[in-house]
Amino acid sequence: MHDMHAPAVHHHAPPQGFIRKHIFSLDHKVIGEQYYGLALLAVVIGMVLSWVMRLHLAWPAMSIPGMQLLSKNGAPGGILTPEYYLQLMTMHGTIMVFFVLTTAPFAGFGNYFLPIQVGAEDMPFPRFNMMSFWVTFVSFLVAVAAFFVPDGPPLAGWTSYAPLSALGAVAGPGEGLGQVLWAASIAIFCVGQLLGSLNFISTALDMRCKGMSLMRLPLTVWAWFITAVMGLTAFAVLMPACILLILDHVAGTSFFVPSNLVVNDQLQPHSGGSALLWQHLFWFFGHPEVYIAIVPGMGVVSHVLIANMRRPMLSHRVLIYCMLALAALSYMVYGHHMFVSGMNPFSSLAFSFPTLVITIPSTVIVLIWIGSLYGAKLRINSASLFALGFISMFVSGGVSGFFLAQPSLDILLHATYFVVGHFHLVMAVAAIFGIFSGTYFWFPKVTGRMMSEPLGKIHFWLTFVGAYCIFMPFHYLGLAGNVRRYQAFVDDFMQPLIPVHKFVTVAALVTGAAQLIFLYNLFYSRFKGEKASANPWEATSLEWTIPSPPPWNNFGGKHPVVYHDPYQYGVEASSGDYVMQDSPEQIQSVHDEK
Amino acid sequence: MAKVFAVTVILIAIASAIPILLHTWGPPVDISTHGPLIDEQMSETMAEAGISFLVAQIILGILVWKFARREGPVKNFPGGARGLVAAAVVLVGIEVLALGAFGTKAWASIYFTAPSPNATRIQAQAGQFAFYFRYPGPDGKFGPIHPDLVNEGTQNFFGIDVDHDPDAKDDIVTAEMGVPVNKEVHLLMHAKDVNHSFFVRELRIQQDFVPGLDLSIHFTATKTGRYEIVCTQLCGLGHYNMKAYLKVMSQSDYDDWLKQQASQQ
Repeated sequence: MHDMHAPAVHHHAPPQGFIRKHIFSLDHKVIGEQYYGLALLAVVIGMVLSWVMRLHLAWPAMSIPGMQLLSKNGAPGGILTPEYYLQLMTMHGTIMVFFVLTTAPFAGFGNYFLPIQVGAEDMPFPRFNMMSFWVTFVSFLVAVAAFFVPDGPPLAGWTSYAPLSALGAVAGPGEGLGQVLWAASIAIFCVGQLLGSLNFISTALDMRCKGMSLMRLPLTVWAWFITAVMGLTAFAVLMPACILLILDHVAGTSFFVPSNLVVNDQLQPHSGGSALLWQHLFWFFGHPEVYIAIVPGMGVVSHVLIANMRRPMLSHRVLIYCMLALAALSYMVYGHHMFVSGMNPFSSLAFSFPTLVITIPSTVIVLIWIGSLYGAKLRINSASLFALGFISMFVSGGVSGFFLAQPSLDILLHATYFVVGHFHLVMAVAAIFGIFSGTYFWFPKVTGRMMSEPLGKIHFWLTFVGAYCIFMPFHYLGLAGNVRRYQAFVDDFMQPLIPVHKFVTVAALVTGAAQLIFLYNLFYSRFKGEKASANPWEATSLEWTIPSPPPWNNFGGKHPVVYHDPYQYGVEASSGDYVMQDSPEQIQSVHDEK
Repeated sequence: MAKVFAVTVILIAIASAIPILLHTWGPPVDISTHGPLIDEQMSETMAEAGISFLVAQIILGILVWKFARREGPVKNFPGGARGLVAAAVVLVGIEVLALGAFGTKAWASIYFTAPSPNATRIQAQAGQFAFYFRYPGPDGKFGPIHPDLVNEGTQNFFGIDVDHDPDAKDDIVTAEMGVPVNKEVHLLMHAKDVNHSFFVRELRIQQDFVPGLDLSIHFTATKTGRYEIVCTQLCGLGHYNMKAYLKVMSQSDYDDWLKQQASQQ
């Protein structure tokens, strides 16, 4: 299908002044960097929270340095109270899922590279785009504010099930103002996402340069486009859910609270609400959300691997169809989070089938990646190592999904560490590997300097092995019945599992420390890294046709024209084994999709 | 470095499989009538998942080893994408649909069969942060719950009114869940305040308590003994400590136990 768009004429004047250039910028590249920076700050906070959690789990009586400064009541003498563990756990999940995984791979890289990869000067609604970042930043501040209110952050988990999350302060510490701040933060976050998705979708559809048909879009653009569509629909459900939750707290409503509840011998003044309603609303968002977290990573991994394999994927088209299938199916599976929730057991079976079926496009994607390695000319560098690591981690995390997709097995595995292992492997590891891969790959373009390869490789090895040491044991713990969201393991059957937790904690601290190598590499290279050319990877997509770093208007006022698909590798061309997408040189590559 | 990656990924895959093959950690012995179906499902899934996991990681390692820094032209995987897609759709499709279909049996045996009219009826109440159990007594009827009468101080956990509700007079409230072996139990589940869950690993039962919903499950325990009931649905600061014991007893021991509990009301 040919879709030869004339470029939507979209010129704006170059930015003037420090504030317009660096703070309230309309430039998609600056906005992308701002999102990335926010995600970086968030991941450091989220990771420190995870260290505190892991220390407490392994040694519950340990005084953790600094905690009494964060909360006198929550950690007297540095020893976490049971409630404070849950409060930190809630914020760990919230910060990681929203401010890292939904932010860096999509809003960070996507904002920066989507317009460039389609040949556009910017997104069509730069003011909305700027607002999307600042709204997200405000959302982050509101979330972090929960740490500093008297009773602290909420303790209901990032999933915030009602009525625990809806009853108010009577339900537990942090459930008053902390929970309201949480819900407000997420509702505000949703607004930022909607503004961002709007721009992504309209850029991908309407701002493509001449010759850029849909099938000639890089896989990263497809991934960001599909993610944006999921984001629009999923966040559009989460936002009203959070508003209803806030109303239950402040306006005397009972959306999520039925009658006749007794807390501390007091009959609660609510009636008419449904506890399960929250779960349906949340997971209708929550399942697409995890695909929002992973699909950009799939795009990045594909894009990085292609450049480093020196060949296009075995089938460009099939990868796109599979990502579309994942997105479509992601709406039909959400009830697998609710198999034993009290939902009608027939519904559990109904949700189980699409959950099993979603294995198929996931497997096809992995097989295409692996099949494309066959006969490739693979280059090993930090970016490609993290991309290969992504494949390994995605396989590991995906395979545990086989178990969790079946209600009868969920009986044994629900709410155990098996689930925690599953989602950490796919989200905390695979999706983060996508971020690392993209960082090592695109850092030269964004900053004009190379990151240190030796440091990158050390970072990879420590993280790859370390992450397996942390999260693979979780599956064994789960099979043995180790329940999740426990601040200590007091049950008889969990005593023999405590040594495993100690091992995991040590692995987590070592792997966490290894991330300092990445941070050092990032900041050092920014200022002192070896200067990068426009195309250090000999890659073909449009971002590599412009200088490193790019000028404010990307293509210097010119309108790029593309002549073929974005992955003309493995050819005998004048400049080597590749042809840039904007080069009129016509050589049939291994696959040339029109 | 490609070779290091290949070896590392293969070693990690094999190392991950070892604790599974050695059964180092796993679910305890099953004590339920529906458990064997679940355990069989688990074994089949473990075999299929385990093989897929090992094969994928090993092939990833081998291909990275073989095709890094290669001279010569780029080659296509034999059969191209078509073969791989067809294999994935057919093999994975059959595998998952088979798992799904067989898994239905295990699920149906728990949820799609009605409890026997002779089942021992027990009501479980979950509230921050304890489980309590109520037996209907000789009249076979539970007195109504009056939420406004719930009082932890006087140990009126269920809010029953023995003075005004005749059905409540012989109700027996316990902190431990006693059941007779090899006899079906119909567990009525009442949530006092927030979501909780009833999880007994050996029974192969996990079911949430949901405020406002009258849920119930039924099961038959096949081995005497004492088993832990733990809460698995985050319910507040005491969630980690919320547990009770299930005592599966012979019929005569159960009758004695119930009499003893009744005398302590």
